Amino acid sequence: MSTIDAPRSSPTPARRNGVNWEKWGWIYMRASGVVLVVLIFGHLFINLMTGDGVKAIDFAFVAGKYATPFWQVWDLLMLWLALIHGANGMRTLVNDYATSPRLGKVLKGAIFASAAILIILGTLVIFTFDPCPAVPADQFHLLPSFCPPQ
Amino acid sequence: MSVAPAPRSAKKKSARPGGTLYRGNSGMWSWVLHRITGVAIFFFLLVHILDTALIRVSPEAYNAVIGTYKNPIMGLGEVGLVGAIIFHALNGLRIILIDFWGKGVKYQRLMFWIVLGVWVVLMAGFVPRHLINVFSEVGN
Ligand code: HEM
Ligand code: HEM
Repeated sequence: MSTIDAPRSSPTPARRNGVNWEKWGWIYMRASGVVLVVLIFGHLFINLMTGDGVKAIDFAFVAGKYATPFWQVWDLLMLWLALIHGANGMRTLVNDYATSPRLGKVLKGAIFASAAILIILGTLVIFTFDPCPAVPADQFHLLPSFCPPQ
Repeated sequence: MSVAPAPRSAKKKSARPGGTLYRGNSGMWSWVLHRITGVAIFFFLLVHILDTALIRVSPEAYNAVIGTYKNPIMGLGEVGLVGAIIFHALNGLRIILIDFWGKGVKYQRLMFWIVLGVWVVLMAGFVPRHLINVFSEVGN
């Protein structure tokens, strides 16, 4: 019987002491995946299937959602879980396909940097969002109906 | 991780190698599709967080960019995106069951067909509704 190498084996042998990060990464992919099914299917259902679907999405729609902590927490969880899951998955691909260790390092650095920056940006967006910003008079009609007159 | 031995079947004498859980047949194709969809969703998400961030710039800027999601060509792209997400999610659950459920390996092929079946059902619910939304009142 011929045997093949165990798939996705790490290029560096597992460390014998300390935290086994590969193992926790593996567990994280599965744990986050289960939660993401609910979060992303819910996101897509509300934004694409209810009302007029994608046609109804605009500034006022988002402002209405972020007026409730429920959707803020929803999006926050989705943001963090999905980006870390995706970035860790991309790291697996780099381990599999990068032809040199140096290229691998560069690519993993780029993946890590883009995920970190977007997690910070997305988190700031959720928490600093102002549903009723000061706008020029001709943009006032774009604000949600609950905003006081300016 | 243990190495899965190639299953022997006495009845089938084919020139093709027997295959393992991952090589050849549905096991490999589900893996290839899982990879491709995962990468596609990742790149979409990078752009998507940037477009959502425009709500911090101005209502006008956000509406202008999100408006592009409503044109018919993008609408077809969204069908592709949702199809990719649904496949990745369902097949991800299949992977999790293979890893943690005692009978997961035994039923992995059956579960692959279930993934495709549920995918067809969910897409049948989504695609007509989405296309009606996107193509109704084109030009508005
Ligand atoms: C065509 C499909 C999609 C549309 C039309 C859409 C639309 C939107 C809209 C309108 C928002 C603003 C807030 C809200 O509604 O909750 C948003 C935010 C968000 N979406 Fe989506 N979305 C889509 C697909 C996805 C997918 C597939 C993912 C995950 C992979 C995702 C992840 C997120 C995240 C993480 C946020 C929050 C961003 C932030 O914190 O700044 N979306 N999306
Ligand atoms: C909808 C819920 C999701 C579920 C149930 C899920 C599940 C999984 C599972 C179980 C794996 C396999 C990990 C392994 O083999 O060790 C995986 C890999 C991966 N996922 Fe997800 N995922 C989901 C959403 C996402 C999202 C939103 C992204 C992108 C941002 C993503 C990108 C990836 C990538 C790039 C991989 C690596 C593929 C590979 O190693 O072949 N996934 N996913």
